Amino acid sequence: MTKSATVLAGLIGVLAIAAGFAPARAAPAEENYRLYCVQCHGTLGNGEGINQTSGGLAVSPRNHANAKQMSELSDDHLRQAITGGGDAVDSSELMPAWGKTLTAEEIDELVLYLRELCRCEASRQ
Amino acid sequence: MGGVRFSVIVVAGLVFLAPASPAAALDGAALAAENCAGCHDFSGPAPATFQGVLERRAPDLFYAGSKFNRPWLVEWLQAPTLIRRAGVMFLNNIVNEDGRDRIREASVMPCPAKLGAGEAEAVADYLMTLEDPAMAVGVVDPERDFKARKALRMFTKQLPCIGCHRIRFRKKEMGGISGPDLANAGARLNPDWIYARIENPQYWDPKTWMPRIEMSHRKREMLALFLAAMK
Ligand code: HEC
Ligand code: HEC
Ligand code: HEC
Repeated sequence: MTKSATVLAGLIGVLAIAAGFAPARAAPAEENYRLYCVQCHGTLGNGEGINQTSGGLAVSPRNHANAKQMSELSDDHLRQAITGGGDAVDSSELMPAWGKTLTAEEIDELVLYLRELCRCEASRQ
Repeated sequence: MGGVRFSVIVVAGLVFLAPASPAAALDGAALAAENCAGCHDFSGPAPATFQGVLERRAPDLFYAGSKFNRPWLVEWLQAPTLIRRAGVMFLNNIVNEDGRDRIREASVMPCPAKLGAGEAEAVADYLMTLEDPAMAVGVVDPERDFKARKALRMFTKQLPCIGCHRIRFRKKEMGGISGPDLANAGARLNPDWIYARIENPQYWDPKTWMPRIEMSHRKREMLALFLAAMK
């Protein structure tokens, strides 16, 4: 079943490209957040993910739902933190670098997604 | 989903019922096809979509020969213990209570394989043939000296590894749970594969939630030696 499904998906892909549709798009930000960030930042984005609640992290993950804290971080700071990890912005190294896993476009979309989670904007750029 | 659960019970049942016959007469590939392929993928490729990852029921075994140490396989297949405390995919097992995520323990189970000694030998022989010929071998020499304190600092402080993996150091257990438990990594895993898995996680599993982290060969080798020493 999986094999024929894969073949079918492949066929649809080929047809889509042949028909002039845009090629495979980057995964949407919400999906990437669930796959890569929820494990530490939590399903609510509040920093209470399973790696935190199981006692795995010596530094608490940032609460992405906290408008006051998140508005203090510029979009550029968020982009740098995601791309280069905590180390790149003088935060904890427990925040991994995602620049070799996600594309620049996916990271830009994650920054927009974080702004949805905190329902806030950067107070300065 | 009822059908799936039913077939799981049937499959698990078959494992118990398989007659104990001498190892030489057992065909590991046939045993695996019959008893294990309902959950494990023996041919690849790994899922390339988020949906595919959510639906994966068990770890991929199509590169088992590159990944595992045979003696560990033979022993473990007779009495599997839990390796992934958050399950194969943590998102399928989360409950949120009072704003905090935790794992619903009832939905996390160890591998149901409980093979007889002869069966375990035969299946391990088969699994060890499933190699990835592209993996570099002889990269990590497990006999080589390394600074355990320094490696521990890398694993727990300079890099985010401890956030997702549990390890044991001087009898102390620590670490997160979204990745496999590495406290026994040295017994389980081939040191060269440990190195290759850290170097490029997405080569092995395009949608794995472990990041690819840049570091020098020397540091990666030290991490591999550190984990290979965990037994
Ligand atoms: C292994 C656990 C872990 C994972 C996975 C993780 N983070 Fe983090 N993150 C942290 C920790 C811990 C901090 C807090 C760092 C600090 O305050 O020093 C943090 C902080 C942050 C910050 C704030 C940085 C700052 O300077 O305050 C952002 C933004 C962020 N994470 C985004 C993300 C995104 C987006 C993802 C998914 C692509 C992600 N994180 C995945 C652990 C993690
Ligand atoms: C009902 C589904 C199911 C069946 C049937 C099953 N397994 Fe598993 N197996 C799992 C799950 C789930 C795990 C992950 C367990 C963990 O992480 O603790 C696993 C883990 C493993 C692992 C370790 C993989 C790794 O990367 O850590 C091996 C090896 C393995 N199984 C072999 C087998 C063999 C051989 C059989 C058949 C005799 C079999 N399994 C049958 C579900 C299954
Ligand atoms: C954000 C979480 C996360 C971080 C950070 C992380 N890993 Fe992983 N790691 C994973 C996941 C997920 C897997 C594979 C899951 C599976 O096979 O089911 C994995 C697999 C592994 C494996 C193979 C283990 C096995 O049994 O299959 C090794 C070795 C490993 N990681 C080492 C490291 C090292 C060293 C670091 C730090 C440089 C690190 N990891 C950082 C999540 C993480």
